[in-house]
Amino acid sequence: MSDTHAHSVAFVRETTIEQQAPPSSAAGPVAWMRENLFATLPNALLTIASAYVIFLLLSSTLPWILNGIWNTDSLAECREALQGQAAACFSVLTERWNQLLFGFQYPSDQYWRPGLAFVLLFFAAAPVLFFDLPRKLLLFTAVYPFIAYWLIWGGSIFIPIFAALGFVAGYVVFDRFGKQNFALGFFGGVATALVVWYASGFITPALTPEETFLEAVQSRDMGGFMLNMMLGVVCVSLSIPLGIALALGRQSSMPLIKGICVVFIEFVRGVPLITLLFVANVVLAYFLPPGTTFDLILRVIIMITMFASAYIAEVIRGGLAALPKGQYEAADSLGLDYPQAMRLIILPQALKISIPGIVNVAVGLFKDTTLVSVISMFDLVGMIRGPILASTDWNGVYWELFSFAAILFFVVCYGISQYSQWLERRLATDHR
Amino acid sequence: MKKSVFLGALTVAGVTAGVAAAGTLDDVKARGTLNCGVTTGLIGFAAPDANGVWDGFDVGVCRAVAAAVLGDATAVEFVPTTGKTRFTALASGEIDMLARNTTWTFSRDVDLKFEFVGINYYDGQGFMVPKALGVSSAKELDGATVCIQTGTTTELNLADFFRKNNISYEPVPIETNAEGQQLYLAGACDTYTTDASGLAATRAAFENPADHVVLPEIISKEPLGPLVRHGDNEWADVVRWTLNALIAAEELGVTSANVADMAAAAGDNPEINRLVGTEGNLGEQLGLDADWAAKAIMVGGNYGELFEKNIGENTPIGLARGLNAQWTDGGLLYTPPFR
Repeated sequence: MSDTHAHSVAFVRETTIEQQAPPSSAAGPVAWMRENLFATLPNALLTIASAYVIFLLLSSTLPWILNGIWNTDSLAECREALQGQAAACFSVLTERWNQLLFGFQYPSDQYWRPGLAFVLLFFAAAPVLFFDLPRKLLLFTAVYPFIAYWLIWGGSIFIPIFAALGFVAGYVVFDRFGKQNFALGFFGGVATALVVWYASGFITPALTPEETFLEAVQSRDMGGFMLNMMLGVVCVSLSIPLGIALALGRQSSMPLIKGICVVFIEFVRGVPLITLLFVANVVLAYFLPPGTTFDLILRVIIMITMFASAYIAEVIRGGLAALPKGQYEAADSLGLDYPQAMRLIILPQALKISIPGIVNVAVGLFKDTTLVSVISMFDLVGMIRGPILASTDWNGVYWELFSFAAILFFVVCYGISQYSQWLERRLATDHR
Repeated sequence: MKKSVFLGALTVAGVTAGVAAAGTLDDVKARGTLNCGVTTGLIGFAAPDANGVWDGFDVGVCRAVAAAVLGDATAVEFVPTTGKTRFTALASGEIDMLARNTTWTFSRDVDLKFEFVGINYYDGQGFMVPKALGVSSAKELDGATVCIQTGTTTELNLADFFRKNNISYEPVPIETNAEGQQLYLAGACDTYTTDASGLAATRAAFENPADHVVLPEIISKEPLGPLVRHGDNEWADVVRWTLNALIAAEELGVTSANVADMAAAAGDNPEINRLVGTEGNLGEQLGLDADWAAKAIMVGGNYGELFEKNIGENTPIGLARGLNAQWTDGGLLYTPPFR
């Protein structure tokens, strides 16, 4: 067979040609560029124009960043070292690094404490955020707030212990009575916890030794990015459950509960956050009896939490409203009572719908924590605007400091946003 | 206007609440620390350094009072206040005194019910222009664009000044000093106006300070001084006379270097002897130790030393004494006699 045409054709290939890469006009970077950047004449023009703009931006900023100076002690020295060259003076970041992160009053030999609390935060948040992890890890999450409080504020270890005991006692009571009568269990639990906390107020001073293991740090000594993180984490984690409760309350058929929730949400949502902070800072001082000291950070946390929970409640109400009525009826027809129906059928679906909205509020809330600089708390922005820019050494350094703050906030907010997108993909059960 | 009415109302409430409390002097002594309100940071006047230790011209007053009352210049709890929170902090009793470059005005003294105990810095609104503009007087600024902080008295002073001189200007509203500094450097306005001390500090932070000049005209009076609440005259006296002691010490030549010697034994100048407590009982009359003024002077020196160290001509801020010189040198500092 193979000899038939052996002399009638000039050449017969006997081996297969090695597979070749597609031509550069069909695949690879050239093809990609032709397809995406230079497909038509207007596209090509736009590409060239954009490339020019990017070049302009980078050619002015990159030398500024790369030639930056990191190791001088003041702006004047920095300028001397630069000799008129336009470049950044990042020395302010290295010299004031600890102040930017921890504020200027936190004792410098204790920086490891908030540092450790920050690292532990990841372990505590992991089981909540990633529900594939073993559920037993939630135990650490439950203990974490008390550990973190003790680490950051220091002082008597009995304060967080009794605080935790109050919660445990309250939960035990709720667990015992809540099954028969929700209201009895709930209010009984709250009352028990209050009794434990009140009693601990008498016991703690007696138990506390003169020299505590961790030196106590006052609230007004907190500052820097640590303060933003503390406010952000605490307020977000408190405002989500509170927001769910408010959203459900607003849908309640009981007029009193519904009324309270509506008034609360509408009032708080109708007031700017900054006024709430002023109330927390200055006005409350007039209502409290003279001499009482009600922790400023606690006041601010309460106000920001109220503010955020009102927004989250409305976001979740949107999720609840988006559920078809059939879901509620299905839950009823299965014979589930209200808590079961909510827990097993309604909320999982409603919350999933609400994720983008909740994340939106969380990101906004985290950035809003910088507003506390207006009521003379030294968060990251407060540190920059106040002590650092007002020091003789660093007056006049703006770009470096505010870029640094922007990067820190971007990292956190982008992280939150990426997590929420992962969560949405993970929870996607519909077939769109 | 609404805000000041609101603050005023709050203040009245605060004062009525505060009257019941014991005297501030006793409170401070019992507490062992002085709560002193300062700014959240103003270059030269109050700012914490890299170690978190407060320093500055206003801070020096706080430390002097703490030294006079408690004998310890470090026994001060500095409470940073913003322009918005300062008066409520004082009225509500959160702080014992406010030393925060606050202008002594009629309404703050009378309507807000505070007691200005003296003036530690005579400030006034001025103009800064680039040298290249070739302007030597504010009256030549006809048609200029002016960077001006909104909602401040400087805005009103500016309008008054230009109207009085029958020249026109175009305001460029800004929010903060930092913003003004950037806009001015970027050439968005021909001139930047704010308090002269602020202008000097801003100029000092420029890369080429010599390219900019502060014009000689001062168009407003901004007497800055420490203040306390109305209604506690003993405490007001303590703060007032501590400030006066610093000023008198400069006039009498008592400095941080020689005050220890002068306080050790009576010298031949009776006024110095009364001031440092080797003669008479001025300290006792205030409810303080006999050497209260000596302790206050020992902390940061007399008024002149404080000025030179924090904002004087050898600092980057480089303010001349000007109005803040002793009356004997043609300035306005004139303390009542210690007798």
